[in-house]
Amino acid sequence: MSVTSYVFGVAAALLTLFVVIEMLRRRQLRERHAIWWLIAGFLALLIGLFPVILEWAASVVGIDTPTNLVFFISIAILVLVCIQHSAELTTLESKTRALAEDAALHDLRLRKLEALAGVGTERGDS
Amino acid sequence: MSERLKRTLIVMPAFNEEEVVGDVVREVLRTLPGVHCLVVNDGSSDSTTAVARAAGATVAELPYNLGVGGAMRLGFRYAIEQGFDNVVQLDSDGQHDPRSVPALLDALDRADLVIGARFAGEGDYEVRGPRKWAMRFLAATLSRTAGTTLTDTTSGFKAMGPRTVSLFAQHYPAEYLGDTIEALVIAARAGCTVTQIPVSMRPRAGGKPSHNPFKAAAYLGRAFLALGFALIRPPASLRQEAASV
Ligand SMILES: Nc1nc2c(ncn2[C@@H]2O[C@H](COP(=O)(O)OP(=O)(O)O)[C@@H](O)[C@H]2O)c(=O)[nH]1
Ligand SMILES: [Mg+2]
Repeated sequence: MSVTSYVFGVAAALLTLFVVIEMLRRRQLRERHAIWWLIAGFLALLIGLFPVILEWAASVVGIDTPTNLVFFISIAILVLVCIQHSAELTTLESKTRALAEDAALHDLRLRKLEALAGVGTERGDS
Repeated sequence: MSERLKRTLIVMPAFNEEEVVGDVVREVLRTLPGVHCLVVNDGSSDSTTAVARAAGATVAELPYNLGVGGAMRLGFRYAIEQGFDNVVQLDSDGQHDPRSVPALLDALDRADLVIGARFAGEGDYEVRGPRKWAMRFLAATLSRTAGTTLTDTTSGFKAMGPRTVSLFAQHYPAEYLGDTIEALVIAARAGCTVTQIPVSMRPRAGGKPSHNPFKAAAYLGRAFLALGFALIRPPASLRQEAASV
C-alpha cells in the first residue's frame, strides 16, 4: 500500500466523521439517526489507520481479497440503514395520518361551537 | 326503523365529487329521515365541501389526501365522539342506493358487519376478466377467514355495528385496498361476525371513477398482496379500546 492511498483512506474517514459530528453539533441530525454513520466512520478510520486489522478480519472469515470485505460491510450497512429509514417513514406516515384526522375533527367541533355561539366565519368555504 | 336511523351515521368518502355529491346527500337525507350524514372531503381540489354543506351534510375536511381508509377512520372516530351506534359507508358518486340502507341496518341484528354485495342477485353490475377472477379468489379466501359465504369482498357499501365501529376507529387501515380487503380480515379476526346482503349497483351519476380498466392488472397484484399481508399480520383485538389511537 502506498503512502498516498494510506493518507487518502484516513482523510476520507476523518472527513466523514467530521461532517456527521458537525451536523450533530448543529442539531441537523439526531443521535438515533447518526449512530450508524458514526459506527461506519469509526470503522473506516480504524481500518484506514491500521490496515492489518482488515487483512486479519478477511482471513478469519475466509475472504481472499480483503477489499471485498470492505464492500460487503459497506453495502450491508447501507441496506440496513435504508430499511430503518423505510420503517421510520411508515411510523411518520401513521402519525401524520392521525394528526390529519385530529385536525379535521377539531375543525368540526369548532364549527359546531361557532354555530352555537352565532359567530360563524367564512373560514374554509373558499 | 327511524329510531335506528337516528343512531346511525352515514359516512361518505369524497374525492373531487362536486358534480354528484350534492344530489347524493339530498337523496340520502330524503330517503332516510332522521339520519346524520358525514361527508369526508379527502383533500379535494374542487368545491366538494361547499356543495355537500349546502346539501345539508356535515363535512369534515382532511388537510391532504389520505385515501378512502383514512377518510373512513375519521368517520368512525367521529361516530364514537358523537355517540352514534352504527356507521354506514356509502360512496358519494351515486352508485350506492340509499334505499338499501334499512336492509343493511336490519342485518346488523345478526352480524357486526354487513356487506352490501353487488353480485348477489340484485341489479346488473358486472365486471369481467382478471378483475373478476381476482374478486372470485378474494371472495373464496375471505369467506374462509370470516366463516361465512361472501361473494363481493371489495364492495364499499357496508354497515358497521357498535363493536365494529369501535374496532375500526382504531384499526381501519389506510393502505391501498385496505378499506375493503384488510378491513374485513381485521374485523373477522377480532371476532366480529360478518354477513352480506344483496344490493343493486347503479352507474356513476357523474364525475370520474378513480380506477380505470388499464389499472386492472395492477389491481389484481395489489389485491393479492393486500390479502397476503392482512392474513399474516397479528390480529387486532376488540379489548384494547382504551388504548391510544
Ligand atoms: N376519501 C377518499 N375517497 C375517495 C378517494 N378516491 C375515491 N374516493 C371515493 O370513493 C368512492 C368510490 O370511488 P370510485 O372512484 O367510484 O371507485 P369504485 O366505485 O370502486 O370504482 C367515491 O365516493 C369517491 O369519491 C380518495 O382518494 N379518498
Ligand atoms: Mg364508484
